[in-house]
Amino acid sequence: MTNKRGTITRIALLCGLLVLFAGCGGGRGDDDEAGGTTAVAGTGGGDLSGRIQADGSSTVGPYTTAAAEKFQAEQPNVQVTVGVSGTGGGFERFCRGETDLSNASRPIKDEEATICTDAGIEAVEFQVANDALTVVVNKDNDWVDCLTTAQLKKIWEPGSKVKSWKEVDPSFPDEEMKLFGPGTDSGTFDYFTDEINGEEGASRSDYAASEDDNTTVTGVAGEKGGLGYFGFSYFEENQDTLKALEIDGGDGCVAPSVAAAQDGTYKPLSRPLFIYVKQESLARPEVEAFLRFLLENETSIAEASQFVPLTDEQLTKAKSDLDAATGA
Amino acid sequence: MTAGVEVRLHARRRRYGEDVVKVLLGVCALISVATTVGIVVALFLPAFEFFGEVSVVDFFTGTEWAPLFEPARFGVLPLISGTLLVTSIASLVAMPLGLGAAIYLSEYAGPRTRGFLKPALEVLAGIPTIVFGYFALTFMTPLLRDLGIQVDIFNTLSAGLVMGVMLMPIVASLSEDAMAAVPRDLRDGAYALGSTKLQVATRIVVPAAVSGIVASFVLAISRAIGETMIVLIAMGQQAKLTFDPRAAAEAMTAFIAATGAGDVPTGSIEYKTIFAVGATLFVLTLVMNVVAIRLVRKYREVYE
Repeated sequence: MTNKRGTITRIALLCGLLVLFAGCGGGRGDDDEAGGTTAVAGTGGGDLSGRIQADGSSTVGPYTTAAAEKFQAEQPNVQVTVGVSGTGGGFERFCRGETDLSNASRPIKDEEATICTDAGIEAVEFQVANDALTVVVNKDNDWVDCLTTAQLKKIWEPGSKVKSWKEVDPSFPDEEMKLFGPGTDSGTFDYFTDEINGEEGASRSDYAASEDDNTTVTGVAGEKGGLGYFGFSYFEENQDTLKALEIDGGDGCVAPSVAAAQDGTYKPLSRPLFIYVKQESLARPEVEAFLRFLLENETSIAEASQFVPLTDEQLTKAKSDLDAATGA
Repeated sequence: MTAGVEVRLHARRRRYGEDVVKVLLGVCALISVATTVGIVVALFLPAFEFFGEVSVVDFFTGTEWAPLFEPARFGVLPLISGTLLVTSIASLVAMPLGLGAAIYLSEYAGPRTRGFLKPALEVLAGIPTIVFGYFALTFMTPLLRDLGIQVDIFNTLSAGLVMGVMLMPIVASLSEDAMAAVPRDLRDGAYALGSTKLQVATRIVVPAAVSGIVASFVLAISRAIGETMIVLIAMGQQAKLTFDPRAAAEAMTAFIAATGAGDVPTGSIEYKTIFAVGATLFVLTLVMNVVAIRLVRKYREVYE
């Protein structure tokens, strides 16, 4: 008797556990903040409180984090968390209603906008900075200062077999080329492939792809024949170990710089950076206050986090967009 | 014993407390079994869905792995070769060094050296693997370059070497336990026949302890196959079918970790690749362990 009852109890427990595990297995994977999260908390002072969730582009992430740090100095009871799971990844979470802000290094795609609208989420777009997508090589690379977009395409197009610098230009040495770059979830990847290879997402795949731009920094800095690309701020932070290439988009070689990105002469790799805000969240005072703060202090935030600030014209437009969205 | 006292072998009342304890202990044993079953179910269901969309043959014979790119290619061989290569390098370091350390500790070291060396080995075993990862990237790779070996910044060689160092204490500690369990009589017998210390160590103790030594090797290999942090940081994330240890490659675990930390949409084919690779890894380790158990049984020497 005892044995039989024990057996039944054991079977029941086993079944229970199995159900539990099976249930856990299905749900995991999307709801945690992937790719690293920066949370800055404070205490005391300020009259606003609440929690603002941001995620998205790893290029824009440092900008939003810098804005959040400054904002929290004034409003310590507002907690802003900034995830960096890539522009595409950020929009996926945004359109599921998980985040208030979505950082983006490219405009929202039509199909992403449709998913958002279907989920009842209205997105308001703000341009917050400019960027010069920067192509970098090793500091010891003394044979190249400028590449044309055609040469970049030859290196990066799908199926490209370029293995040595000599194949790019016969005057270059026969040094093995080691490629590093962002992963497929990245807006930088989307933008670069669109501008250089002519089709978004079209790229050779046999390079070291990482969503973490610091891996690209480590890689290019460690390989004499290394080449990689990412947002301008990652270059500015690592000027000691990397060398930025000038890009010839048809009108001569232009180096990536604040001025060239602002006036658009750094072609075709200068681009706008965005923050998308959920209309519903904008009604919350702390979210509106954060955006107003961000636009008021745009230049100092951009400079502190080594981004290319907006031009006066762009800034005026962003501010009027915010007024329109909040009905002020 | 006074006459008249009845000795009962069965309790008059049911002891409910005893039943409770019995069930609780049973649950403890079952949790490990249930966890394994749960993991297998959670791992293989999405993996089966994956093989509904990608043919098994393509998966195991394809030589290109680029599941996140357009067009997606699902040949897992580059990941398997990455894992096997780094595991081989690690084993080549860990096994001889570990076995040597074990022989020294068990046969040669005096109590004072032992008292110092064993805890030192255990400290090595306690270093977090992420520390080993950065050690490989920022120390081992530059060192190899200084020695004139032309390695990539991310490369299999330094990941494997450092992993070998990490696994050495496991081999040393388990092998030493096995050697310590070899009966004293065997050694004395050999000495009585005029054997030298080296002969006793290599011809008596090691063969007698071989099943424990093999077990330690297998455990180390399993750890190497499953090791994630070192390969993620130092080996690179570039799936490439290559057996050149100086080049960057990607191990299965590194792919799973990097893709899992990124943001592939749940339910998509990219998401399911994680499980397909995980299932492959699981089967690989399982086969390893089954082979190992066979080996251990075959060579076991019983002294009682």
